[in-house]
Amino acid sequence: MSADGGLDLRYPIGVLFVVLGLLLALFGIATAGNAAMYERAGAVNVNLWWGVVMFLFGAGMWALAARAARSAG
Amino acid sequence: MPVAQLTAIDYLTMAIYLAAVLGIGWVLRRRMHTSSDFLVSGRSLPPWVTGLAFLSANLGAQEVIGMGASGAKYGIATSHFYWVGAIPAMVFVGLFMMPFYFGSRARSVPEYLKLRFDEKTRTLNAISFAAMTVFSSGVSMYAMGKLLNLLLGWDFDTSVLVSAGIVLAYVLLGGLTSAIYNEVLQFFMIVFGFIPLVWIGLRKVGGWEGMTARLSEAAVARDLPAGSLTHAWQGMGSPATNPIGVEWFGLVMGLGFVLSFGYWCTDFLVVQRAMAAESMTAARRTPLIAAVPKMLFPFLVILPGMIALALSVGSGAGEGMIPAKLAADGAPMLDAAGRMVLDYDMATPMMLVTLFPSGLLGLGLTALIASFMSGMAGNVTAFNTVWTYDIYQAHIRTGASDEHYLWMGRAATVGGIALSIAAAYVAGAFNNIMDFLQLVFAFVNAPLFATFALGMFWRRSTGHGAFSGLVSGIGAAALHHGLSLSAGSVPGVKGGYFGVLATYPSDLAQTFWTAIIAFSTCFVVTIAVSLVTRPRPDEELRGLVYSLTPRQTDASLPWIQRPAVLAVAVLGATLLLNLIFA
Repeated sequence: MSADGGLDLRYPIGVLFVVLGLLLALFGIATAGNAAMYERAGAVNVNLWWGVVMFLFGAGMWALAARAARSAG
Repeated sequence: MPVAQLTAIDYLTMAIYLAAVLGIGWVLRRRMHTSSDFLVSGRSLPPWVTGLAFLSANLGAQEVIGMGASGAKYGIATSHFYWVGAIPAMVFVGLFMMPFYFGSRARSVPEYLKLRFDEKTRTLNAISFAAMTVFSSGVSMYAMGKLLNLLLGWDFDTSVLVSAGIVLAYVLLGGLTSAIYNEVLQFFMIVFGFIPLVWIGLRKVGGWEGMTARLSEAAVARDLPAGSLTHAWQGMGSPATNPIGVEWFGLVMGLGFVLSFGYWCTDFLVVQRAMAAESMTAARRTPLIAAVPKMLFPFLVILPGMIALALSVGSGAGEGMIPAKLAADGAPMLDAAGRMVLDYDMATPMMLVTLFPSGLLGLGLTALIASFMSGMAGNVTAFNTVWTYDIYQAHIRTGASDEHYLWMGRAATVGGIALSIAAAYVAGAFNNIMDFLQLVFAFVNAPLFATFALGMFWRRSTGHGAFSGLVSGIGAAALHHGLSLSAGSVPGVKGGYFGVLATYPSDLAQTFWTAIIAFSTCFVVTIAVSLVTRPRPDEELRGLVYSLTPRQTDASLPWIQRPAVLAVAVLGATLLLNLIFA
């Protein structure tokens, strides 16, 4: 796909999820002491751990795109 | 009074997503040189991209919210729309029909009809399809404006105009490629926005066992067998013992065969995604790749509705997760048996706003808005192609330069969005007009699969046969609907306007049987008329009909990549899911 000068879609997906995941995780850390806020979600800091999952997914996509770009040379 | 309050982090999440969407359009703008780049992506996309877009173009908000609503109404039987309906049809279109769509070099589904049959069959299909896309994107816009107003207190006009403006911008910049890329982005947003919803919901309700126990109570309260909301096949022997009110034959034939094959195999909105793939193998693998996440989607979109219903069990009037439907005077509506009527469409949105804390809430709502927007973009990109190639180039201005058609494609994008906005306001002002149009489109679509199946697999079928089959199929659908009624409905938009000869146990049963009758009529009439009209010579049908097209040989591919292998795996897994949740 990148061969024709196009855009490897894994880049924007990777960047978007790295940014959103980081944002959510940092927000989760900042609000970690706020038990009232997480009560509705079953008293789990869902922002923190789901932010981490999204970050890892985004990083994985990014890495795949970077590897494809390197091997296409 | 809005139900939810957003905070800065939620707005930030939305803003980042919108920036990504527009950024993709911006990067792709340099690739748009010809009308084919703009309208059919220059056939250059890898199958995982077209596959996820194939899935996502159909995953509009109507599906996300509608499937949640059906989950609350019908329980796990809603999965029939996936495991009986969509998956077999997606396998069929990939294995058997894509060779003709892709191999004929047609640029659209109506254009295939022109190549295979004649101009009038194509025009009938093109005009009804173009009208339908504008209409459904309008209805979806209206639903979004209303929902955002209700949940967040946002202004209806602003929500509609801003989202239409964003869609317009990224489609104008990057054409179909941009729409497809953003559909893939939306797919991941929905997945990541809804997994935590299901997870938190299941924890709240006490896991799968807790949900099953509460849903048995809900089923018994509706005079249904206890397990009928958590078992997909138990009770399908009779319409009285399952929540959807259909017996198994009507379900398998009506939904599984006629309606699903009619939609997934002939609707240009989805087929267009596969036609944008880089090669024949990629085009054939597109629906098969889409089928893998598709069969897991019930857990993502139906389960939230079921959990919402389970969480509502035992709560007093107006206190459950799902709010009551309000009559005009503001009092909760009651049905004939005196039970409160629930506003099922609110099941999934209410789950989002009550279970998600700030942060995740922004993500969930962004996913919802993303699905509204990509549904709109899907309709608009299908509309501009059919308008430009099948109506404008075929009837209004033939033989112009490609530059001119590229210009027309862009103009049709603007026009399509303007018409959708108009349709959204019509939907708000005249509810009955929309119900009526929806009905007309259901009639138009019901017989379509018979036309395509005969066109692709019976070389003797003719243009006159196809056209008269389609017209009489549409007529038969209207006639059957006009002569039948579902139990408890009054004659009108629900049917029975010519008198009531048959009564069905539910709306769905009536819909499925209308489709079966339309299909059969179209099938029989097409054959009859074809036999008395002159067929086209074989040379003209090469590449368009099964018996005159060389078989696809995938022997050069590693076995794991062969479409047939993928198809068997997909069907096996679907069968397994049906058995597990029987």
